[in-house]
Amino acid sequence: MKDKIFRFLLFVAALLILLLSAAIVYALVSRSGETFREYGIWGFITSAEWDPRSATEEYGALSFILGTLYTAFFALLLCVPFSLAVALFNGEYFKGKKIAGVVRSVVDLLAGIPSIVYGLWGFYTVRPLVIALDVNAQGFGIFLSSVVLAIMIIPYASSLSGEFLSMVPNNLKEGAYSLGATRIEVVQHISLPTAASGIVASYILALGRALGETMAVTMLIGNTNRIPGGLRGTGNTMASVIANQFGEADGLKLSALITIGLLLFIITAVINLIAKLVMKKLSHA
Amino acid sequence: MRHFLLCSLLSFFVLSCNNVSTDSEGNKLATSISGAGATFPYPYYNIVFRDYMRQHDGITVNYGAIGSGGGIRSLRDRSVDFGASDAFLNEKEIASMKAEVIHIATCMGGVVMAYTLEGVDSLRLTGALIADIYLGKIKKWNDSRLAAENPTIKLPDLEITPVYRSDGSGTTYNFSEYLCVVSPEWDRIMGKGKALKWEAGIAAKGNPGVAGIVQQTEGAIGYIGSEYALTLKLPTAKLKNRAGRYVNATLEAISAAANVDLPEDMRATITDSGDPEAYPMSLFTWILVYKNQQYDSRTRQDAEQLVSLLQYIISPEGQKVAAQINYAPLPMQALEKNRKLISEINYGGAPVALNISSEPAGDGVGAVLNE
Repeated sequence: MKDKIFRFLLFVAALLILLLSAAIVYALVSRSGETFREYGIWGFITSAEWDPRSATEEYGALSFILGTLYTAFFALLLCVPFSLAVALFNGEYFKGKKIAGVVRSVVDLLAGIPSIVYGLWGFYTVRPLVIALDVNAQGFGIFLSSVVLAIMIIPYASSLSGEFLSMVPNNLKEGAYSLGATRIEVVQHISLPTAASGIVASYILALGRALGETMAVTMLIGNTNRIPGGLRGTGNTMASVIANQFGEADGLKLSALITIGLLLFIITAVINLIAKLVMKKLSHA
Repeated sequence: MRHFLLCSLLSFFVLSCNNVSTDSEGNKLATSISGAGATFPYPYYNIVFRDYMRQHDGITVNYGAIGSGGGIRSLRDRSVDFGASDAFLNEKEIASMKAEVIHIATCMGGVVMAYTLEGVDSLRLTGALIADIYLGKIKKWNDSRLAAENPTIKLPDLEITPVYRSDGSGTTYNFSEYLCVVSPEWDRIMGKGKALKWEAGIAAKGNPGVAGIVQQTEGAIGYIGSEYALTLKLPTAKLKNRAGRYVNATLEAISAAANVDLPEDMRATITDSGDPEAYPMSLFTWILVYKNQQYDSRTRQDAEQLVSLLQYIISPEGQKVAAQINYAPLPMQALEKNRKLISEINYGGAPVALNISSEPAGDGVGAVLNE
C-alpha cells in the first residue's frame, strides 16, 4: 500500500513537471501569435529593426540573436583553455589527490556566485582593464560581457569534463605507459580522445548556460538594440532585452519580447538536445 | 504534524479574510485606499501615504508602482481607487475611460543632464546641443559648438559617451519631448516616446543604471530624473531656458516652470517653460480619479477618504515632504487649480470634499522650500 502511494506521488510530481513545461511552451507560443501574424516567423527572425516608437513601431529579433550568439560563442572560446586546464588538473594529473578536491571546490564555488555580483565585478573591475586595453572608449560591449561570461561558465565546463577524464579506464592508460608513452602523450592520445564526446558535451552545456545569462550581461553589454559591430562594439542579447524592456512593454512590443523568449527557449533546448545526443554516443562507445 | 499544518492553513484563511474590521453595527471602520501607476513619484507617495496613515487610524493606502501605463489600465478596469501617471491622458485614453476622470497634479520633477568630466564642475548646455550629442553629431567634448557655450572652461579632447534608458520610461518621454520642442531635427529623426530608436550611445536600466554608468565613465553624459540626481548630488549641466538664461536644476527652478498659464483641468505640459527662472525640462506628475465616485460598490465614505488623501497631498505638509526628498513642490496657481478640481469630485452628484473653505491657503513654493 505504502509503495503504491509513493509511486503515485512520484508519478504526480513527474507529471506536474511535464505539465509545467508544456504550459510554458503553450504560453510562449500563444502569446507570440501577434508577432507572427504581423511579421511571420522568418520575417521576425531576419529583421534587425527594433523601433518601439508608436508611429513607426517595428520589431525584429536578428540583432539580439546575433548578440546572444556572439557573446556566448566568444565566451566559450575564452573559457576553453582555462576549463580544460582545470579538468586535466583534477581528472588526470592530480586525480584523487587532496589538492584536486580543493581546486574542484574552489571552481565549483564560482558557479555559486550570484550573477549580479559578476556584473558588478565586471562593471567596476574588468571594465577599466578593457578601457586600458583600448578595446573601446567606455569599455562596455561584446568583449567585456564575453570575458565575464567566460569566467562564469568555467565551472560548468570544467567539472563535467574533469569527471569524464577521470572515468578513462586505467588499463588503457597503463597499456600506453607500458609501451613507453610519456605523460603528455597519454593525455594527448588516450585520455582526451577517450573522453572527447563527454568533454564536448560539457562545453555544449556551458554554452547553453552562457546563452541564457541575463543580469551580468545586461550590466556590461551596452544594451544597444542593433547588430553588434564586432567584438569591440556594443549590442544586446535576447535575455537582456527581455529583462530590460518587459516591464513597460505592452501590445505588439510585449508579444515581440515573448517571441524572443520563445526563440531563446528553442535555441537552449536544441543545444541541450545536442549535448544529450553527444553523451549518448559516448555511453554506447 | 498534519493537524499543525491544517491549523496554520485555517488561521491563515481566517486572518486574510479579516482585514476589514467592523464595529458593533457592522459598519466598516477600516478602509483601504488602493492606487497604482507611475514609478517616478513612488518614493514621494511612499512617504506621504505613510505619514497620512499615521495620522488617520484604520486607513491603509496601498500603492503599486507598476508604471504609468499600468496605472491608467488599472483605473480603467476600476481595480484601484486612483491611478497615477507621469503623462496626462490623451483624448483617446480619456475616451476609453468609463467615466470622466480628473487630473490632480501632486508634485513636480525634472530631467537633468548628469556628466562626468574631470576638472569641469560647471557645464552649460542647450537643448540643440543635447539633441546633437544623442544624434551622434557632436562626438567630442572639445567640439566647437560646446566650446562656444562654455567659453570659460577648457573642454578635453575626449569622446562623448551618451547614456540613455534601456527600459521604457517617463523620463525618456519627457527628455525626448523637450528635444522635439527645441530641435526640429530631433523631432524629425527621433520623435518622442517612452522608448526610442537611438542613434548613439549606450543604455542602462533605470535611473540607477544610467547614473552608475555616468559616474563611472569619464566623458559620459546621461539624462536622469532630478529627484534621483539631486539626492545623489551628481554634477549636472545648466540648461539654457527659453528666456536665454542658464539654469541649474534646483527645486525652485523646476517649480518655477509651472508659473505659466495652466489649463483648468491641469493637463499641462510645462516643457521649455517661458518663465525666466524656469528649468526647461520640468514636468508634473498626476493622480487620476473618477470625478463621480459613485461606481461599483463604493460607498460615500470611500470617496471621502480618497478626497481627504488628495487634500493631504497638496497641503503644505504634504508638499513639504516632497521637497525634503527632492521633488519640486507645486506653486500657488497649480495648488489653486488642484483644489478646485478636488472640490468637483462628487458622489452621485453630491460634492464629496469637506471643509473646502477651511483648507488653509497654500503657502506656495517659497514657504515650503524655505522651511
